[in-house]
Amino acid sequence: MSAIEAVILTIITASTPLLLAAIGELVTERAGVLNLGVEGMMIMGAVCGFIAALLSGSATLGVLAGLVAGVAMSMIFAFLTQTLMTSQVATGLALTLMGLGLSGLIGESFTGQPGVKLQALAIPGLSTIPFLGPVLFGHDLLVYLSLALTGGVSYVLFRTRLGLIIVAVGGNHHSAHALGYNVIGVRYACIAFGGACSGLAGAYLSLAYTSQWIENMSAGRGWIALALVVFATWLPKRVLIGAYLFGAVWIMGLYIQGLGIAIPSQLLSSLPYLVTIAALIIISGNRTITKVNTPACIGQPFAPER
Amino acid sequence: MSGNGSSGFLLEARNITKTFGDLRANDDVTLALKPGEIHALLGENGAGKSTLVKIIYGSLQPTEGQLLWKGKPVSIANPAAARALGIGMVFQHFSLFDSLTVLQNVALALPPKSNMAELSQRIESVSADYGLPLQPDALVADLSVGERQRIEIVRCLLQEPQLLTMDEPTAVLTPQEADRLFVTLRRLAEEGCAILYISHRLEEVRRLCDDATILRQGKMVARVDPKQETASSLANLMVGSEVGAVKAETRDRSGTAMLELRGLSLPTDDPFGVALKGIDLSIESGEIVAIAGVAGNGQAELFDAISGEALCPSADMVQLAAHACGGESITARRRRNAAFVPEERIGHGAISSFALSENVILTHHAVGSGLVRRGLINRTAAEDMNKRITETFDVRKGKPDPNAHSLSGGNLQKFVVGREIARDPDILVINQPTWGVDAGAARLIRQALIDMARRGAAVLVISQDLDEIFEVADRIAVISRGELSPAYPAAEMTPERIGLLMAGAHEHTATSMAPGA
Amino acid sequence: MILLLERRTSPSRAMTFLSPVLAIGVTVMIGGVIFSALGLYPLKALYLYFVEPLTSLWSIEEIIVKAAPLVLIGVGLSICYTANVWNIGAEGQLTVGALFGAAIPIYFTGWQSPLVLVLMLALGAVGGALFAAIPALLKTRFNANEILTSLMLVYVAQYLLDWLVRGPWRDPQGYNFPQSVPFEGWQLLPTLGDGRVHIGAMLAIVVALILFVMMGRSLRGFEIRVIGSAPRAGAFAGFAEKRVIWFCFILSGALAGMAGLCEVAGPSGQLQPTISPGYGFTAIIVAFLGRLNPVGVIFAGILLAISYLGGEAVQVEFNISDKSAQVFQGILLFLILACDTLIHYRIRFVSRKVKQA
Repeated sequence: MSAIEAVILTIITASTPLLLAAIGELVTERAGVLNLGVEGMMIMGAVCGFIAALLSGSATLGVLAGLVAGVAMSMIFAFLTQTLMTSQVATGLALTLMGLGLSGLIGESFTGQPGVKLQALAIPGLSTIPFLGPVLFGHDLLVYLSLALTGGVSYVLFRTRLGLIIVAVGGNHHSAHALGYNVIGVRYACIAFGGACSGLAGAYLSLAYTSQWIENMSAGRGWIALALVVFATWLPKRVLIGAYLFGAVWIMGLYIQGLGIAIPSQLLSSLPYLVTIAALIIISGNRTITKVNTPACIGQPFAPER
Repeated sequence: MSGNGSSGFLLEARNITKTFGDLRANDDVTLALKPGEIHALLGENGAGKSTLVKIIYGSLQPTEGQLLWKGKPVSIANPAAARALGIGMVFQHFSLFDSLTVLQNVALALPPKSNMAELSQRIESVSADYGLPLQPDALVADLSVGERQRIEIVRCLLQEPQLLTMDEPTAVLTPQEADRLFVTLRRLAEEGCAILYISHRLEEVRRLCDDATILRQGKMVARVDPKQETASSLANLMVGSEVGAVKAETRDRSGTAMLELRGLSLPTDDPFGVALKGIDLSIESGEIVAIAGVAGNGQAELFDAISGEALCPSADMVQLAAHACGGESITARRRRNAAFVPEERIGHGAISSFALSENVILTHHAVGSGLVRRGLINRTAAEDMNKRITETFDVRKGKPDPNAHSLSGGNLQKFVVGREIARDPDILVINQPTWGVDAGAARLIRQALIDMARRGAAVLVISQDLDEIFEVADRIAVISRGELSPAYPAAEMTPERIGLLMAGAHEHTATSMAPGA
Repeated sequence: MILLLERRTSPSRAMTFLSPVLAIGVTVMIGGVIFSALGLYPLKALYLYFVEPLTSLWSIEEIIVKAAPLVLIGVGLSICYTANVWNIGAEGQLTVGALFGAAIPIYFTGWQSPLVLVLMLALGAVGGALFAAIPALLKTRFNANEILTSLMLVYVAQYLLDWLVRGPWRDPQGYNFPQSVPFEGWQLLPTLGDGRVHIGAMLAIVVALILFVMMGRSLRGFEIRVIGSAPRAGAFAGFAEKRVIWFCFILSGALAGMAGLCEVAGPSGQLQPTISPGYGFTAIIVAFLGRLNPVGVIFAGILLAISYLGGEAVQVEFNISDKSAQVFQGILLFLILACDTLIHYRIRFVSRKVKQA
C-alpha cells in the first residue's frame, strides 16, 4: 500500500462519522429543530453498537444496534421538545450529558476488550485494482452508506415533495400548519432520522474506526458535526466537502508527528477544535451566505393553535 | 335533512359554537352561502370571524354545531379535507414560505401528484387569465405584499374552488390593487364560485358584497344586505353602540420643527430588508404627520432609524428639537423628550412574560421617571406608574399588575401608547397605532394622539390604515420602496392619490409603476 | 387518548416551586427502578445514594467541598442562561482559570505571603474571564454560535493543561509524574477549622447572594432578563445585547476560573492532568435545577454534590461504576425541563373522539 493510499484511506475513515452525524443533523435542522444532543446520541450508538456486535459476534447487528440506540435517544429529545415544548437548547444539552454518562456506565465492563471489526465489502474484481481498488472499492458498508445518504438527502430535500414539506416546516411552521401539514409529526420523523444517523456514526467509531470501546470516544465529533451543518450552510453537498476537510485536519496531526517536526502533540490534537472555530468565524461573519439557507424556524418551539 | 339540498345553499354552518377554555369564540353562529354569491363576514377584532373561518377550512373543529356542504352534513377534519371539498382560503397572514419559489409555494397547497413542469405552466396561464401575473420561479422573499397575495389567490384558483374565503384581503393593498382584486372576485362569482369575504372596511363591503353576516363577541347579531345599509349602520351593528368619531380641531402650530429628517439614507445588511433612500421630512410642534404605505416598504426601517435602534451614517440625518442625533442611542433620544411606539406590541414594545410594571421600566428607566436610583429599581414606583397609566388609558385587566400576554391586543396597545404619553413627550413616533385593536381602543388611541398634538407635541404616525390616516393627520406622506414622498396637506389628498404614491408614482414614473400595472 | 397542553393565563407560582421537587421525586423513582433492574435492593441503593452522605461529618464536609465549585459556576451560568447566552464551556474556563492562578506557585515556588493567595484568586478569575472572552468576541464580532465555540474551547483548554503538566510545568522532583510542584502555605486555600472545607464554599455563598440581589433588584439584572426574554424589546429599551453577552461571559468565566483555582489550591493542592470531575458541565444542570435563580442554585449545587458522593458510595458497596451519578444527573435535567412545562401549561388527556367531533 502506498503512502498516498494510506493517507486517503485514513481521511475517509476519519471523515465518515462526521459526515454521517452531520447529514442527519442537517435534516433535523432543515425541519426547524436544533438538536444539540448529537454527541450524546453518537456515544450511545458507539457503546450499544460495540456491545451488540461483541455479544452477537456480528458487526452488522452492531451497526443496527447503534442505529436503534440513536433513534431511541432522539425520541426522548423529540418527546420533550415537540410534545412538552421544552427548550431545544437545554434539552439537547441534557441529551448529550446523559448520553455521555449512560454510555460510560453501560460500557465500563467492556472497556479495552477487543471488539468485532466491521469488514470491508470486497467487491470481486474491483477491490483488487491497484490504487483505485482500495481507495474506491475497499470500504465497509457505512462508508458507502454515508455517501449514499448525502446524495439521497440532497435529492429528497431539493427534488421531492417530501423534501419540500420538510423545508417548508422548517421555513415557516405556522404556514405549514395552516396548509394542513402535521408540523410536529414531520419534526418527530426528522429528529428520528438525525438520531439514526448519529447512532450510525457512533457505531462506525466503535466498529470500524477503532474496534474497541473507549469512554468518551466520540471526543467532540458530535459537536463538530453540528458546526459542520452551519459551515455547510445547510447544504448536503457542502456537508460532504466539509466533513472530508475536517476529517483531513483530524488525521493531519498524526502525519505531522510522523514527520518528526517538534510540535507538542497536544497542539496537534487541538487542531480539529481550533479549525472548527475558525470555520464558524468565516461562515457566520457573512450574513448573506448564512441567512438565505438558514431554516427560519430553527430552535423555535411550535405550539399548534389551541 | 335531505330537504336542505333543494335550498340551494353551497355551505351552511349551523349553530356553531367554539370554546377555548372559558372563552366562547363562536356562540351559536349560523352562516349560509349560495353559489356565485359574495358574502361578507363582518365583525370587530376578536368578534370570532377568524375562528369561524378556520372551522370552515378545517383548521379548527367546532365544539358544537354542524357544517353542511351542498346540503349534506360534513366533518372537515383538516385543511386538506376542506380543499378536497372545494374550499379555498386566502389568509390575512399569508401562509407562504419566504425561502421557496412561487411554484414550490403553490405545489405545497396542491395534492401530492402534481407534475412541477405542468404546474408551472398552469400557474402562468391561470395568473395571466385572471390578471394576477406571477413568475413561477421567483423567490417569495423578493416579492411585494401585493404579489404575495396573488400567490395565495392563484394557489386557490388552481384547485378550482367552489368556495373562496378571503380574510382581510385589501388590508395590504393599495387602493388601485384593491380595485383590480374586486374585478377578479366579481368574475369568479359570475363563474359560480361563492366568496366569503372578511373585512372591517365597510365601504368596500358595500361596493362588493351581496349579503353580510355580522358577528359581535362571538355571536351572530345580524344578517343584512350591505347595499341597503350605510357604513355607519354597519359599524353600529358590529360594535353594538355608536362609535364616536374622534374630535379633531385645528391646532396652533408653533412653526418650530421638532422632528426633522434630512436626506436619511440607510443601507440594509438584511437580504430581506429595505434600504432607506434620501428621506426628507419636517414635523412642527402641534402637528400630526402620517406616513402611508403598503407593509414592507421601509416603515420598520424608518421607525428604527428615527428611534435610534438603528444608527444613521451621519448625525444630521435625524434631528430632534434641532439637535443632530442620528448617531445617538434610543436612550439619548428619549432624554431629548422623544417617545416611540413600535408596530409589534409583543416582543418589541412589550415583553409578554413580564408584568406590566416591569414593562413600564423598559422605556422609563433612563428618563428621570424616578424608577431607578443608583442602579437599583424602585418596584413600588413602577407599580404606581403602571396604576396611573392603566387608569388614565382605561386598560382593562384581571389583576392589578398582570403579565402583558394576559391582556387583549387593544388593551395592551392602550398600555404601550399610554406608557409613552405618560412621559408627556415633545415628539412621538408611532408605527401602526391601532393595528389589530378593537374600535373602542382605536378611537381612544387616536384621540390621545390628537390631544397630544393639541398640547404642542409633534406626532409622526406610520400607518397602513387610510381611514385612520385621514382621521388624525394634518399632512400625509407616502413611503414606497424606502423612498418618501413629500408630505401634502391632508385636505389635498385622496385615497386614489395616496394609492398612486404607494405604487411609487412620485418619482421615476415610467419605471416603477405598480407591479403588474 | 392524546396529550394536550393548554397554556395557562399566567405562570403557576405553585409549580415554579413544585416542579424541581417533582423532578427530583421522579428521578429517585426512576433510580429505584434502574437499581432493581440491575438486581440491587432499590431502597438500599437509594439510601446509599441520597441519605448516607448526610450521616457523617466527613461526608457532609465532602458535600460542601464538591458543592462549592458547582454553586460558583452554576450561578454564573444561571445568569448566562437567563440572558439566553449559552456558555457551555465553563469546564474550559475552569481549567484556564486554574492554570492562571497556578502560575504563581509554579513560577515563584517559595513565595509566601497573604498576597499570594489574593493574587492567585484574582488571576484565576482573570484567566477564566479571558478564556470566556473568546466566545464572547466571536459571538459579538462574527456572530459565531457561542454554544459551539465555547464547547470547542473546552477541548483546547484540556490539551493546554495536559501539555503544561507533562511539559514545562512538570515538577522536576515529581518522579516524572504529570503534575506540578505541590503548593504550600499561602499558596493553598485556608480551611475552616481543621477539616477539608475551604473558603471557596463561603465565596460561593457570598457570590450567589450578591448575584441574587443583582438579578432581583438592579437595573443590570433587569437588563439581563429583558435581553434574554426579548432581544428586540431590549434594543427598544436601550439595552445593548452585545454588552449583555460580554457581561455574562466575563462574569461566568471569572467565576468558573475562580472555581478552578479553588480546586487546584484546595482539594488537590497542585496541578494534575484532570482538575475537575466535569464540574463545568454538571453546573449546567445545577443552573437549571436551581431555576436559574442564584439562591436556588445553592440548593441545587448541594443536591448534585450529594449525587457525586452517592455515586461513589454505590460503587464501593455494589461495584457499579460511579458513572451512575452522571446518569442520574442527566435524567434529573430531563425531568426538570419536562416538569417546567407544567409552570406554563396545564396537561389534559383528551380522547381523539372529542377532539374530532
